[in-house]
Amino acid sequence: MSYLPYIVAVWLFLVGLYGIATSRNLIHLAVCLTVMQSSTYVLLLAIGYKHRGTAPIFYGVPVGSRAVDPVVQALTLTDIVVSVTVVGLILALALDVHRRAKTLDPDEIAALEG
Amino acid sequence: MSRRARITVFAFAAAGLAALLVASVVDLPAFGHYQGAYGNQLNREAVAERHTTNVVTAVVFDYRGFDTLGEEFILFASVVGVTLLLRRHKDSEDEESVLRKAPDDHTRSDAVHVGGLLVPPALFLLGLWLVAFGLVTPGGGFQGGVLLAGSLFVVFLAAGFRPYHHLTPTPWLDFAEGMGAAAYTLLGVGALLAGASFLHNFMGPGLRGTLESGGSLPLLNWATAVAVTAAMLLLFSEFLESYVVPSTRPLR
Repeated sequence: MSYLPYIVAVWLFLVGLYGIATSRNLIHLAVCLTVMQSSTYVLLLAIGYKHRGTAPIFYGVPVGSRAVDPVVQALTLTDIVVSVTVVGLILALALDVHRRAKTLDPDEIAALEG
Repeated sequence: MSRRARITVFAFAAAGLAALLVASVVDLPAFGHYQGAYGNQLNREAVAERHTTNVVTAVVFDYRGFDTLGEEFILFASVVGVTLLLRRHKDSEDEESVLRKAPDDHTRSDAVHVGGLLVPPALFLLGLWLVAFGLVTPGGGFQGGVLLAGSLFVVFLAAGFRPYHHLTPTPWLDFAEGMGAAAYTLLGVGALLAGASFLHNFMGPGLRGTLESGGSLPLLNWATAVAVTAAMLLLFSEFLESYVVPSTRPLR
């Protein structure tokens, strides 16, 4: 059981990748990408977790108490920001594609461009 | 490649990838037993060094403040990208014509109006609290900034496009986004002028566990909050405007 969170991360990554590979809509594709990226949050937070550790916030908790790793939490924060920016750009590109091709299906768009 | 062929290829590739990923994660330290030297050291020393009780915020805006500068410019670049993609259809249109063409989305439900009066101020206050106390208790500039932007977005949900548009004038958002990113950079330069290295925390640590703790950290925190709020609102506004005033003209 001690590897379960890591396996969850692998599962999220693959399920998101499956969604991207079979997507019929660019907006659905962007959502699948966020699913893939959430696997990295799960992985990072799972790595930093310590049994019976508190949050690395020492307000009302003495310094030296068992706390989880703060560095991976900061990395997860960065990860989320990057995820937001990427999804924003993909959705803007999807709007652009829809304006040109009148469709959001990647297969049809590829067919249009021959 | 046909759809069926693509899924077959994907199935084989994904099975291989799954095997590799599982093989690599079972060699990670067992869940709950990680001993990260850097994280442990920060947990021991950050409070004594910086007097901020939230070590995650201390990592984001102080120990790894330079990475956050990069992160902030990623956000900046993304907003610029979205704006370039969506705004160029509107070159010929001024603000007035955008507002004139917008559909009538005025809400007529009293319940929604009351909710629209109650929810945004509460969310805004919560956002300010998250930013201000982000170095003491859970929170920080990024989290608070998203909530501040979200509180204004509720105005769109409750009252429609025009009130939201009046509340968040794009020139102000552009200005705030630039100033937030610039303030972060200038605080880094301030450390250089004080004789330390770039983005070094060049002010005193202050009182432990209070808003005065952290030296230049709370200033970087607020600069980030302003930049993130403006960035989120700019993203909302660009998408909203291209939604309410759709351009049918294809791009060249």
